[in-house]
Amino acid sequence: MVALAAWVIAFAVGSVVGVARTVPNRLVRTLATTYVELFRNIPLLVQMFLWYFVLPELMPVEVGRWMKRDMPNPEFSSAVLCLGFYTASRVAEQVRAGIESLSIGLSHAGYASGLTTSQVYRYVLLPISYRLIVPPMTSEFLTIFKNSSLALTIGLLELTAQSQQISEYTFNSFEAYTAATVIYVVIALSTTVLMHLLESRLRIPGFISKDER
Amino acid sequence: MFGEFDTQIVVKSLPFLWQGLQLSLLLTGLGILGGVAAGTLLALMRLSSFKVFSLFSATYVNLIRSVPLILVIFWFYFLVPLAIGRPVGSFYSALIAFIIFEAAYYSEIIRAGIQSVARGQVWAGQATGLGYWQIQRYIVLPQAFRNMVPILLTQAIILFQDTSLVFVVSLRDFMTASAIVAQKEGRLVEMYTFAAAVYFVICFAGSMLVKRLSKEIAR
Amino acid sequence: MITIDHISKWYGKFQVLADCSTGIERGEVVVVCGPSGSGKSTLIKCVNGLEPVQEGAIRVNDVAVTDAGTNMARLRSQIGMVFQHFELYPHMSVLNNICLAQEKVLNRSREEARAKARSLLQRIDLSDQADKYPGQLSGGQQQRVAIARALAMDPIAMLFDEPTSALDPEMINEVLDVMVELATEGMTMMVVTHEMGFARKVADRVIFMDEGRIVEDAPTEEFFNTPRSDRAQAFLAKILQH
Repeated sequence: MVALAAWVIAFAVGSVVGVARTVPNRLVRTLATTYVELFRNIPLLVQMFLWYFVLPELMPVEVGRWMKRDMPNPEFSSAVLCLGFYTASRVAEQVRAGIESLSIGLSHAGYASGLTTSQVYRYVLLPISYRLIVPPMTSEFLTIFKNSSLALTIGLLELTAQSQQISEYTFNSFEAYTAATVIYVVIALSTTVLMHLLESRLRIPGFISKDER
Repeated sequence: MFGEFDTQIVVKSLPFLWQGLQLSLLLTGLGILGGVAAGTLLALMRLSSFKVFSLFSATYVNLIRSVPLILVIFWFYFLVPLAIGRPVGSFYSALIAFIIFEAAYYSEIIRAGIQSVARGQVWAGQATGLGYWQIQRYIVLPQAFRNMVPILLTQAIILFQDTSLVFVVSLRDFMTASAIVAQKEGRLVEMYTFAAAVYFVICFAGSMLVKRLSKEIAR
Repeated sequence: MITIDHISKWYGKFQVLADCSTGIERGEVVVVCGPSGSGKSTLIKCVNGLEPVQEGAIRVNDVAVTDAGTNMARLRSQIGMVFQHFELYPHMSVLNNICLAQEKVLNRSREEARAKARSLLQRIDLSDQADKYPGQLSGGQQQRVAIARALAMDPIAMLFDEPTSALDPEMINEVLDVMVELATEGMTMMVVTHEMGFARKVADRVIFMDEGRIVEDAPTEEFFNTPRSDRAQAFLAKILQH
């Protein structure tokens, strides 16, 4: 659940930021780069703490109070936001790489036939690059899914061990870990298979990307 | 709200945090060494013509890569003491977990690096009578590692970030140290913001370095 | 010295070599030619076991290349090989390229290996390039270094796999000159090449291959003057047109 909701954010924000990193406008590019560097260079766990503990404090008093007291499912929503925005920075890099892997002649061809910048992206660059980045996107999805375990961990620490005494984990949790591990392996493997199918359906006949050579 | 931002607390706890940071760096360093060594072995197995080796390596890599690191850390925290029959302390169990985990990622990087070395290079080595290990040692791996330096470093930065996960087994790295101060003094905002800033500076500097290096290599 | 006895080889279902038999005597120079895809490069790589064969046997000095028990490294160290794309080690200086196998396979001392390398470099006229890296040399220079690297092992025979076909035209002769010199000194050589001038000048025999088969195997004069098969005639007509 957390993973899916976060994936929606990550894909949307990541696409925008990724495209922004390739546009001619310098200011837009710098902003997008800053976003990526900022989210990429702080450990996810720290970001999780920032969203969960720090953000409510920095908000105007009423909003902060509402976030702490009345917001439903605080762990859930901060985990989704955190994972979403974090993964967006990684998705953005993939989108950028996908666009940059296309030859410059392709966008020149678009401009030459009178398309505007946004039309070039909409009709030429994006349709091709999204197909190219299906494989890395698969692994990004798996990453977001694996990272959602962090959110569970925070929840777990909150619930079971305020004192953070690890010795209090019992053999019940041992079983829980076994179950969790099996579930992760199963889902990861089936996603891989699914994406293979998707990849072959989306393939453009006769078009070979740089990596496949 | 920023008026209440207490820089004193950060300054006061610096020595304690510095100890934590040293532990983080130590974990990162040892994790890289162990991970690259084990990863190289796994990569060679994966590319070996013996089916058993390549199958083992492929299974290992795919399995580890489908499990979150945090679960691996937990597993080793529980399993290593069970396996040897005595507690080893969270440092060693975390370190082993990192090596086991990172080896899977490094092996993929190294495999790609080895495959980037032209097939003819191996032929040339074989044609002069060099043995398998000699060819790997003197011809293939030196070229492969040269091509891989930027990616290996990027992975090192990721590993450094990942060391923050030892928080869950209460090992006192930089993250845990910050959290301890934060909880004890009730200064969550200051401590977590400071922790984020420190991680950012280190990792950002690292990735700048990687960029410069890859430009130099590409030349 | 080299006997190739009814060998066949497949890549999956595709047959690259079909029942090839021939031999090379000590001191003989044999040129292998044929259209691209005819299997000539594969054949020469089978001689020192870089490519395995599925049927038949190859013997070098009565040691079976095709036997599982053969010490391949030892055998290969006695046969020099030169590749189409040079395959010099890009991360080592020219000198170290020539020294590596001398030290690691023949266990020569560093000084001994260097002395050998320097005398070979002098012979191919590249003494001043010893400390450069392969990437800093021209194609012709690189291929001469590759020949020196093979000669440093004091081989009993030399294999050349299209040694000039990756070179710019103006560099071909500097490499051929070295090869001609080797041939006249009595080196046993098997050369895959399209350089028919070279073949006429020094080859004792010419082997013509097509579609994985040895179609013609004749003394040089006979091959050029009276080729028996239609395919060899057609090939020669195409290649000697200009």
